[in-house]
Amino acid sequence: MGASSGPRLSGIQKQVLSLYREFLRVARSKSGEDHRQIESIVSAEFHRNSNEIDRKNFIYIEYLLRRGKKQLEQLKSPDIVGLSSLNVGSSQPKKT
Amino acid sequence: MASGLIRRAISGPKVAPAARLVAMRLHASETEAQKVEPKVSESTNMRKFQIYRWNPDQPSEKPKLKDYEINLKDCGPMVLDALIKIKNEIDPTLTFRRSCREGICGSCAMNIDGCNGLACLTKIPESAPDTMITPLPHMYVVKDLVVDMTNFYNQYKSIEPWLKRKSPSPNPGKEIPQSKKDRAKLDGMYECILCACCSTSCPSYWWNPESYLGPAALLHANRWIVDSRDEYTNERLEAINDEFKLYRCHTILNCARACPKGLNPGKQIQNIKGLQSRGVGTNFVQGSSRFSFHVNTQDLQSSQYVTGATMTAIQLVVTATSRNSHLCARYAAEKKGYELQDKLVMHETRNNSTTNFLAFAYAELMKLPQ
Repeated sequence: MGASSGPRLSGIQKQVLSLYREFLRVARSKSGEDHRQIESIVSAEFHRNSNEIDRKNFIYIEYLLRRGKKQLEQLKSPDIVGLSSLNVGSSQPKKT
Repeated sequence: MASGLIRRAISGPKVAPAARLVAMRLHASETEAQKVEPKVSESTNMRKFQIYRWNPDQPSEKPKLKDYEINLKDCGPMVLDALIKIKNEIDPTLTFRRSCREGICGSCAMNIDGCNGLACLTKIPESAPDTMITPLPHMYVVKDLVVDMTNFYNQYKSIEPWLKRKSPSPNPGKEIPQSKKDRAKLDGMYECILCACCSTSCPSYWWNPESYLGPAALLHANRWIVDSRDEYTNERLEAINDEFKLYRCHTILNCARACPKGLNPGKQIQNIKGLQSRGVGTNFVQGSSRFSFHVNTQDLQSSQYVTGATMTAIQLVVTATSRNSHLCARYAAEKKGYELQDKLVMHETRNNSTTNFLAFAYAELMKLPQ
């Protein structure tokens, strides 16, 4: 990564990027079709969060990082072959 | 009590918790004078609970203390009863762990009025005007009162909490017998339910949660070290012989205060330290890597104080041993044609000033027969 050319990243941004990279690396260890599936889910999730979350909401970002790390640990296990996601309709009324 | 009702009427919903507290205290003292509702029936005893709320599904909302008021007259005596009542009747989104409701599962550990404890074993305080309930301190919150225990469990795992044997069992297929006396040594340790109240009350653990094992894990380490059936005592001692893993315990003893089962993890940690300083069952260095060393006795005898030469020798070994006490001390001993004995080895003085350390070393070495 061109650290010199790009913007200077904060610690938490670096952590997020390294988590993303780790996910892609783990995805590569899975077989063909699952590999693409994992990559697309992971990148969709990261992109969605990067757009939706306020960049100053550190509590939430750190929470997601910890959750991501846990999921990564699970995904690393050779017994886990694939990843799939469910999309629950977001039209539900907001709970209080 | 009328005070609860009055307070509810007075405190506005949008005031910050701290400001509200002040307001409440002020009015509480005035309740006798201004009896808004003179007759409050005997069957109500309203009590306010301030409960920490944070929901990751609503990322824009900051963590906050939310107030709930319940009638203690139709609620069980324990904090857990109040929590369940709130969840059932007021706010079903309130999240907490609970299971056995009798202090044996350790699920409902939380911070109640500033003290760690099990909600199921803690009585709702009689006198306090309100009760504050927060998650265990210095733990990552998953939701509301639920904390992330991964690190805590991994530390427990790292001390290998199972029976390890070198020799085969005396009667295969059967349990390994143990005398009553040996069994009695485990009292005060086997009762631990791993609720994490002790570890999360320890300031030392707050600052080094990754490197310091914490009272709970160390208590269990001692449980297996002391167990007469376990044959890996020395390996276990060596495994936790680390400046951070074990020696971050500064006998603050918050653990003993917090433990809902009335155990004393601090005492058990002290026992491990004691065993290490005695180098139990080992021929050479075992103990705090920081203080293990090897010196030439001749030099020490010839002068009252340690000479420059030995000083460097000591320091060399001391710095080197902080990586691997075993190998380095043995290496140094062999180099000097010296047999390393228990007496030569200094451990854990809890005093890292060099002068004291050397004086102590000198005194110890003087006892050696030459």
